[in-house]
Amino acid sequence: MWRPAFFLCFAVLAPLGAQTAHDAVPDMAIGRRVFESQCALCHGQNGTGGRGPALNRPVLAKAPDVETLRNVIAEGLPPEMPGAWQLSVREVASVAAFVASLGSVTAEKLPGDAERGRTLFRARGCTGCHIVDGAGTPRGPDLTAIGAKRNAAHLRESLTRPEAFLPVGFLIVEAVPEKGEPIVGTRAAEDPFTIQIADGAGRFHSFRKSELKALRRRAGESTMPSFANSLAAPELDDMVAYLAGLRGKQ
Amino acid sequence: MKIRAMLMAVSVAAAQVPYERIANADKEPGNWLTYSGNYAGHRYSPLRQLTPANVAGLRVRWAHQFELQRTQVSPIVADGVMYITAPNKASALDLRTGRTLWQWERPIPSDYQSIGFGRVNRGPAILDDRLYVATLDCYLVALDIRTGQQRWASRVEDYKPGYSMTLAPLAIKGKVLVGVSGGEAGIRGFVDAYDAVTGERAWRFYTVPGPGEPGNDSWAGDSWKTGGASTWVTGSYDAALNLVYWGVGNPGPDWNGDSRKGDNLYACSFIALDAGTGKLKWHFQFTPHDTHDWDSTHVPILVDADVRGERRKMIVNPNRNAFYYALDRVTGEFIAGREYAKQTWAKGLDDHGKPIVIPGSEPNEAGNLVWPSLNGATVWFSPAYSPQTGLVYVSTREVGSTYYKREAEYKPGTFFAGGGETRIPEDQQWGAVRALEAATGQMRWEFRLQSAPWAGVLATAGGLVFSGTNEGNVFALDASTGKPLWDFQAGGPVMANPISFDIDGKQHIAVAADRVLYVFGE
Repeated sequence: MWRPAFFLCFAVLAPLGAQTAHDAVPDMAIGRRVFESQCALCHGQNGTGGRGPALNRPVLAKAPDVETLRNVIAEGLPPEMPGAWQLSVREVASVAAFVASLGSVTAEKLPGDAERGRTLFRARGCTGCHIVDGAGTPRGPDLTAIGAKRNAAHLRESLTRPEAFLPVGFLIVEAVPEKGEPIVGTRAAEDPFTIQIADGAGRFHSFRKSELKALRRRAGESTMPSFANSLAAPELDDMVAYLAGLRGKQ
Repeated sequence: MKIRAMLMAVSVAAAQVPYERIANADKEPGNWLTYSGNYAGHRYSPLRQLTPANVAGLRVRWAHQFELQRTQVSPIVADGVMYITAPNKASALDLRTGRTLWQWERPIPSDYQSIGFGRVNRGPAILDDRLYVATLDCYLVALDIRTGQQRWASRVEDYKPGYSMTLAPLAIKGKVLVGVSGGEAGIRGFVDAYDAVTGERAWRFYTVPGPGEPGNDSWAGDSWKTGGASTWVTGSYDAALNLVYWGVGNPGPDWNGDSRKGDNLYACSFIALDAGTGKLKWHFQFTPHDTHDWDSTHVPILVDADVRGERRKMIVNPNRNAFYYALDRVTGEFIAGREYAKQTWAKGLDDHGKPIVIPGSEPNEAGNLVWPSLNGATVWFSPAYSPQTGLVYVSTREVGSTYYKREAEYKPGTFFAGGGETRIPEDQQWGAVRALEAATGQMRWEFRLQSAPWAGVLATAGGLVFSGTNEGNVFALDASTGKPLWDFQAGGPVMANPISFDIDGKQHIAVAADRVLYVFGE
C-alpha cells in the first residue's frame, strides 16, 4: 500500500495554490525539453517505451485525462516512477501537454465524406475483420480510435498497400505438425518452446515447437486485401475521412 | 534442565557460517552461501544429481510470493534455511516447505525516489550469524540469522541526492562490501567495506578520483564531482591474492560527454582493490569516455586456464559493450578479447584491449542508430562459468537503439542523463544464451530466445545450464551442446539469477519469475 509522500505533495502542491492561471499554460517546447531530459530515459526519446511503458497512445491507462496526467508527472507512480518535485507547475503542465501529443494525431481537414466512407466500410466487408465501437469481427486490429493514432497519409497507404504497415501482434504463421493438418493463422503468443495460433475462425491452436515439422513466419504478409484497384479515388478519400474521424469514444 | 542446557549450548555455539565455509563453498554444494555461489563469481553448482538424462522430471516443489513484481533476488541457502530479500525487506524460509520463519522490514522513506532503475533487491549476504542486506535508502543492515532481529544499520550514503543500493552485499573475512546505484543522478560512485561485527566503515574507494589522485585528470574541470561511476552489482574475491574485483558503471551525464572530456576513470572499468585497505591494485577500462550508458557493473568471473601453454590466473567478462574480455587478474593485463554480440561502435580491440572506436558512433541531436542498446549485449544479470566445460554462459541481448544527445543540468536528486534512446521495433529484437570459450570468448553454441533476455544463468556439474525468458519460461539446456531439455511456464518474466542446492539430499533449483520464487525438484 503506497502512502502519499507528504514532503513531495507539499513541494508540488504548495506553489500550486499560489499560481495564477497563466503560469500553468503549457508550452510544448518546454514540455519537450523536460521530457527529453527527465522522462526519455525510461519512456524512450519519442515516448515509444523502454524500461517504462510506451506513452504514444491516445489514452494512457494510468493517466486517462490531463489532470491525472499532471498529477502522475508531479507525484510519480510508486514504486517505479519517481515524481518530478523539481518541476514548476508550468513545467509539469508542459510535459503533460507534450506527452498527450505523443499518442494523438491532430485532426486534419480532408477531402472525403466520412458518412459515405462509413457506408463503404460496411459494404466492402471491412467489419468482417475489424471492430469499430464494439461491432465487427476481430481478425485484425480494433479501429475504434485509429484516427487518433494514425494520420490520413498512413491510413491511405494502409488501404492501398496493407503490407506497408503490418500491425504489431498480427503476424501470420503457418505451423505444420508431425501429425494432422497445417494451421495457418495469426500468432497469438510465442516463446522459445511453444507457439499459439488463432486460425481464421478464431479458434486457438497450441503447439510445442518440438512437435512441428515446420514453422513458417510469413513476415511482410498481410491477410488484408489491397483496395488500390477496388476503390475509386473519391471512394478512397471517403474511406480515409471516415477512418480519420474514428477517435475513440469521448 | 535439559531444554535450558540446549538453549545455552546454542547461545555459545560457534558461528554458523564462518568465512572459511564460504571460502570453501565448492566443498558443500548442498548450500549456496554467497551471491554467485562462490567467491570466483562462477554461479556454478558442483551438484551432479540433475543431468541431461533426468532434468525433464523437474516439477515445482514450493513457491514463495512477493509483493512487488520483477523480483531480481538471488537467495542464500544455508543449513536448511533459504534467505531472501525484497526492497528494504528480508525473510528466512524453511527450505523443505517454503514456510516463512521470520521477516524483517525497514520502512522506505516517503521522499525516497529510485532515479533510473526499478525498486529491486538482488539478494542478501551471510557471514557468521548475520545476514546482510543493502537497502534502497542506502543503509547496510546486519540481521541475526535466527530471528531477523537487527544487530546494526550503517548509513552508507545520503539517498536524497540519488544514492541507493539494490545489490547483494559481498561478505568476506571480517568485512562486508557494498556498492551504490545512482549513475543517472550525478552521484560520485564508490565501493565501501564495513566491519562485519560492528558495522563501522573500514574503507571507501571512490570510483571517480578526486583532485590530486591519479585519474582525476581524465575528467574535464569539475565534472568528476558528478561523474557517476556507480557500483551496483556484487563483486568477486580472490582470497589467495586478497583482491576484491568490482565492476564500475557509466560516467554521468550518460549520453552527453561534452562536459566530461577525457577517459573518465574508473567508469566502465573493472577495478582490483586490496581487501584489507581498499587501495587500487589495478584497473582496466572497457569503454573509455562512454556515451551509451554501458556500465561495466558485471559479476567478474575468476578463471584459471591455459593460454598458449601457460597457466594464467584470469578474470573474464562478457561486457555490456558487446565485447568479451580475458584479463590477467594479478596485473590487469589484457590477454584476449572479441565481439560476442552485434555491435556497430568499434572496429575491434587493439593489442591492449582498447576499443578502436568508429568515429560518429556517439549519440547526437538527430539520433544515431547503434548496436548494442543502452541495456547492452548483456547487463546486471549473472553469467555462469563451468570449470567442467571451460565455457562461460551468458544471456545475450541483440537490440540496437537510436541514441539521442540532449543538454544535462545537474540538480541533486534528479535525472542527470543528457539524452536517451529509442529501441528498434520489438519484433526485430532478440536474444540468446551463448556459450563462450572462457579463455578466448569464441562462441561454441547458442540457444536462441524470442526476445532480449533479463535472466541470469546457472551452470551445474551435472552438465546443465538453467535460465529464463521474458515470456515466462524457466528452462534447462545441455551445457555441452545448448540442446533444450526441460522448460516450465512460470506465468511471468524471469528477471533473476537461478541457484542450486540440496533439500534432504536431493538437488533443487530456485529462480524468481516476476512476483514468485519457484523451487524445482524431482
